[in-house]
Amino acid sequence: MERYYQPEIECAPREQILQWQNERLVKQVQNVWEHVPYYRKKMEEKGVTPADITGVKDLYKLPFLCKDDLREAYPYGLLARPLSDCVRIQSTSGTTGRRVVAFYTQHDLDLWEDCCARAIVAAGGTKDDVCHVCYGYGLFTGGPGLNGGSHKVGCLTLPMSSGNTDRQLQFMVDLGSTILCCTPSYAAYLAESIHERGLRDQIKLKAGIFGAEAWTEEMRHNIEEKLGIKAYDIYGLTETSGPGVSFECSEQSGMHINEDHFIAEIIDPDTGEVLPEGEKGELVFTSITKEAFPLLRYRTRDICVLSRKPCSCGRTHVKMSKPMGRSDDMLVIKGVNVFPSQIETVLLKLGMEPNYRMIVDRKNNLDTLEVQVEVNEAQFSDTVKNMEKVERSISSALQSILGIGAKVTLMEPKSIERSEGKAKRVIDNRDLFKS
Amino acid sequence: MQIQQLSVFIENKPGRLAEITEVLAEAQVDIRAISVADTSDFGILRVIVDKPDAAIAALKEHGMTVSLTNVIAVGISDERGTFSKAVRFLADQGFDVEYMYAFISRDQGRAYVIIRTSDGARAAQALQDHGFEILPAEAVYNM
Repeated sequence: MERYYQPEIECAPREQILQWQNERLVKQVQNVWEHVPYYRKKMEEKGVTPADITGVKDLYKLPFLCKDDLREAYPYGLLARPLSDCVRIQSTSGTTGRRVVAFYTQHDLDLWEDCCARAIVAAGGTKDDVCHVCYGYGLFTGGPGLNGGSHKVGCLTLPMSSGNTDRQLQFMVDLGSTILCCTPSYAAYLAESIHERGLRDQIKLKAGIFGAEAWTEEMRHNIEEKLGIKAYDIYGLTETSGPGVSFECSEQSGMHINEDHFIAEIIDPDTGEVLPEGEKGELVFTSITKEAFPLLRYRTRDICVLSRKPCSCGRTHVKMSKPMGRSDDMLVIKGVNVFPSQIETVLLKLGMEPNYRMIVDRKNNLDTLEVQVEVNEAQFSDTVKNMEKVERSISSALQSILGIGAKVTLMEPKSIERSEGKAKRVIDNRDLFKS
Repeated sequence: MQIQQLSVFIENKPGRLAEITEVLAEAQVDIRAISVADTSDFGILRVIVDKPDAAIAALKEHGMTVSLTNVIAVGISDERGTFSKAVRFLADQGFDVEYMYAFISRDQGRAYVIIRTSDGARAAQALQDHGFEILPAEAVYNM
């Protein structure tokens, strides 16, 4: 039987959800208008005042926010509360130049953890479960989010963080972990390791909550089969709180968006027009309950479809499909956001031609990034020692800007095709968005 | 006393070495000595030719990354221990040897070692002062 963390909210009638959204949106717009000069200016430029926003039907009138706004307003420009009311920050993983920093009041953390608790209960979690969290802890939202949700459900929480597979497996066996929370690629890697070591009979896992990167149905079946569990998707972004913005239920066909906290829209990424339900476009979120960092109409750049078809699980909140792609050229590699332009920045800084090719692959379920760079005469030397120094200087600059390691391969000049399109710059062999 | 060696960056892909040497052949360039340093992803072809300028022009025309490096050519007689004396001398004088490669001359009983050291001009002078044969560039090119 389906269980819920907050049944009165998760299964509320649509009219009730809309009423919450209308009331909260009006209040939030007023709040932002008064406390966030950055957004107020955007509203003024568009000729919109809080009086124009009487409910969700007026949402389209508001200006968008995008990642560039967050960088421009860094660090405090979008804060709606005094810093003294904030208790936490989280940050996005390695993005160009300035990171995106999101702020939380205690109330914000509370609601975020509720969202994660809903996901855990939807995956079958109860207070009798042992919840093994191996998302990264720290600035990354994965660990803290699921950790908080797990506490709320009352699970015994294992704050494992990422890495150290031997220890992960030991705790999993010794403490009888029943719910695994991590990135799908790490889950697949753990599944592989469990298989290889013949531990399958010694683990008690029944469910997994996997997010923070794109994964295919094929990968889901693979993990489910290898671990003998049900694997659920979870979605979120630091800008709107973290994981738990939406999550899968027993139907495993799309993720319910927590509409009491977020209003979702699908827009045409080129024109910004709102698209009718069921059409594929860019997902936009408005946070209606956030206190510290309330983003209105934040463009996620994720391409997906919304559906309000009744769900067999009983939840009434709208469902989003797995992201089917991006409206920008961002890649998620090892759970970290990577823009090809970052590679260009690094090369230019090192005085090199900004001509490169990124090859992303997944080997043994772990992402790999290779950056091919053309050698020019200024760097070329007749000794291997010096050439390896060039490789190392590029890879350490990439590591510090991207936050992940990349293998640098030196290429002959003119061997990388010149083109304006991004397709040639990036070769992603992972096929993440095929359904 | 120094000799100009061409260094060419080569991507690690089949047939590349053949293509590069074909460019030299087409440009009527004769190779005097050759060596390839390889790593897992790339190689560095080092070559001494009879017409360095013509060779560079031809390679660059084909879009290759080429650099010129000064190296020295030391004549070694075919007697046990001669080579080790030369290397010992360089070591004792504080010259680092980056790499070297050898070729045999048409003259009986004589070999030549191409040496790339930290300070080629001084190393060549020191070797010569110490009685080692240092080949002038023209001698190598016209060999």
